[in-house]
Amino acid sequence: MRLIIKDNQVVPDTWELLPKDATLDQLTNTGDVIVPLAMWLEHSHALKARDGRLGVWLDADEEAECIAEDLDSFAVIALNFPVFSDGRNYSNARLLRDRYQYQGELRSIGDVLRDQLFFMRRCGFNAYALREDHDPHAALASLQDFSEVYQAATDQPLPLFRRR
Amino acid sequence: MYIYDEYDQRIVEDRARQFRDQVRRYLAGELSETEFLPLRLQNGLYVQRYAPMLRIAVPYGVLSSQRLRKLAYITRRYDKGYAHITTRQNIQLNWPNLEDVPDILEELASVQMHAIQTSGNCIRNTTTDQFAGVAADEIIDPRPWCEIIRQWSTFHPEFAFLPRKFKIAINGAREDRAAIGVHDIGLNAVRNEAGELGFQVLVGGGLGRTPMVGAEIRAFLPWQHLLTYLEAILRVYNRYGRRDNKFKARIKILVKALTPEVFGEKVEAEWQNLKDGPATLTESELQRVSKYFVSPELESFPGDDAGYLDKRGSDKGFNNWASRNVHPHRAPGYAAVTLSLKPNAVAPGDITAEQLEAAADLAEQYSLGEIRSTHYQNLVLPYVRQKDLYELWHKAREAGFATPNIGLLSDMICCPGGDFCSLANAKSIPIAQSIQEQFDNLDYLYDIGELELNISGCMNACGHHHIGHIGILGVDKKGEEFYQVSLGGKSGRDAAIGKILGPSFAANQMPTVVQKLIDVYLEHRTPEERFIDTYERIGMDPFKERVYAADH
Ligand code: HEM
Ligand code: SF4
Repeated sequence: MRLIIKDNQVVPDTWELLPKDATLDQLTNTGDVIVPLAMWLEHSHALKARDGRLGVWLDADEEAECIAEDLDSFAVIALNFPVFSDGRNYSNARLLRDRYQYQGELRSIGDVLRDQLFFMRRCGFNAYALREDHDPHAALASLQDFSEVYQAATDQPLPLFRRR
Repeated sequence: MYIYDEYDQRIVEDRARQFRDQVRRYLAGELSETEFLPLRLQNGLYVQRYAPMLRIAVPYGVLSSQRLRKLAYITRRYDKGYAHITTRQNIQLNWPNLEDVPDILEELASVQMHAIQTSGNCIRNTTTDQFAGVAADEIIDPRPWCEIIRQWSTFHPEFAFLPRKFKIAINGAREDRAAIGVHDIGLNAVRNEAGELGFQVLVGGGLGRTPMVGAEIRAFLPWQHLLTYLEAILRVYNRYGRRDNKFKARIKILVKALTPEVFGEKVEAEWQNLKDGPATLTESELQRVSKYFVSPELESFPGDDAGYLDKRGSDKGFNNWASRNVHPHRAPGYAAVTLSLKPNAVAPGDITAEQLEAAADLAEQYSLGEIRSTHYQNLVLPYVRQKDLYELWHKAREAGFATPNIGLLSDMICCPGGDFCSLANAKSIPIAQSIQEQFDNLDYLYDIGELELNISGCMNACGHHHIGHIGILGVDKKGEEFYQVSLGGKSGRDAAIGKILGPSFAANQMPTVVQKLIDVYLEHRTPEERFIDTYERIGMDPFKERVYAADH
């Protein structure tokens, strides 16, 4: 089973991530699935009626606003990094956490590399599915790259100037 | 000058450590070229034509004797004994080894310096007026605001992977010496009618392929909201800026596509959610930062120094220098002095290790240990007593700093160009040198008067050619190097983008072309007109006719 980092630990991943072109009839009733945004928008009733747990994933060009009303329906929200240098989902993460008060698991997927983890954590991610060829055990260290930060962000709502 | 406390120090040390590990992983093959690229860029490390190039941050251009000595040491130990001052007030090393960069960063951290975010698609060094804090026409000292923005932007987790690089400039004086109109965000510190401090906000300026002057999206932003408002602008840009085409990814393209009005509305809407949040600036933070920029204790003089004025009357060489390189100061009896890095036959902005040390000594002896870098690629001593100017002039001459040409034609801005840069279409430094040779007669240069001549080796415009009164751009024509000339560009309050004169020229024609442009000006000018004024009055045609006239 694939390993991910969750809450600062390496754990097996129990979720199935459905690709964008997946269809509803591929779904079983019980497994835990993370569905693409389009499927959620089209089939939310059917998805909520399943017994298995539900997550949704947003691509970099999809907006957090689309699911802002539905957050209670998801145990996981995954945000995709098509390439690590596409920074849009850092903003989506902050909106989900800071503006819409999403409390569940927020996971980065796609081109997720250890040198981005520190920034991701600060924007509210608490789970990271590193790119397959990267070792999550080694990557854990990068969550601690810096011991102090200047700005307010999701992990530290007070800027340094209100703490120093 | 801002002094790091334990927090600031810890952050730059953590960075040096982090980068050491990244370099180790890269050299061990654990990080691919593509993965290492943004990591090294965000530490100012380019891989260039002959060697890596390291860009060291000089936040808003403030340096000290101690820092200059450290830089001199670094250039000797790790490079070829010289450095380069850039048009964004930073310092560049052209020949370091990748393996040495972690050590260089550690050396820099020991004098509270770093290379953080000097490159890459993130928020870059915030720049400002080189005369900040001493200029006679200053309304608000921009430096505390620059430092507040430096801290906010350093490792901002949400904005480390923007569509493209992002540059902020602040001006606080009547004149705009920071070129805020050609930055992604330009901030003008102002007071409203009630006397409260705030900022006029411009967005979407920039040079490069699509030069544009920024548009105002807010006439007055109360200072407390500076960071939340910047955060709103950056968030809108991060989400909606184009990422499909690197040449259309700057914020200016988004602002233009949406129109400044609509862009401004999006920012306002986003800001409503952030406004008054914890990132709202506090009086105590402003006090904390501002206290580092309080003017040092200066001697009180009744007015101009009589000895200095006498010497100007009796020594022509000194008077020339004083009239170009000495600038008004708000304290009576004091002056700010520009050390010119534009002598003939040297790449503009280059400075040797010996000169770095000489500048450190001059700063220590005559300017309370402080020195600035300028976007014109010179150095400035901000606190010189007028009575020391004569002595300083002699010492500056010995060190090669006293070319009395500030603001004149030979005080050019020039990018590294084809001699160093792998993106170049053409060389730029030899063009600068050939023009400097053509105009090496000082009396003649004085007669021509103020003129900004800027040269870039390709349309990325690192040499600001669009905003030169005369701009020169290297272009590639069937594998050969040619140069396109534009006229009428300006930085400052009424920033404008220059217009192209016509077909481009070969390198060896350039001194003559510039000569002809100057001839037209000299023939048409009225006594009070600068080159740019005459150009604006008589237009492009007379220049064009002369330059392209068939030779008789
Ligand atoms: C030699 C290596 C260099 C490379 C590869 C390089 C590359 C670039 C590129 C690609 C751009 C355009 C970016 C864009 O429009 O999005 C740019 C812009 C710029 N560069 Fe450089 N550059 C180099 C050196 C320098 C130096 C030495 C300076 C200062 C003297 C400099 C100052 C600037 C400035 C001020 C801009 C801003 C233009 C704007 O605002 O659009 N660059 N550079
Ligand atoms: S303008 Fe072009 S040639 Fe000059 S430094 Fe920039 S990228 Fe290189």
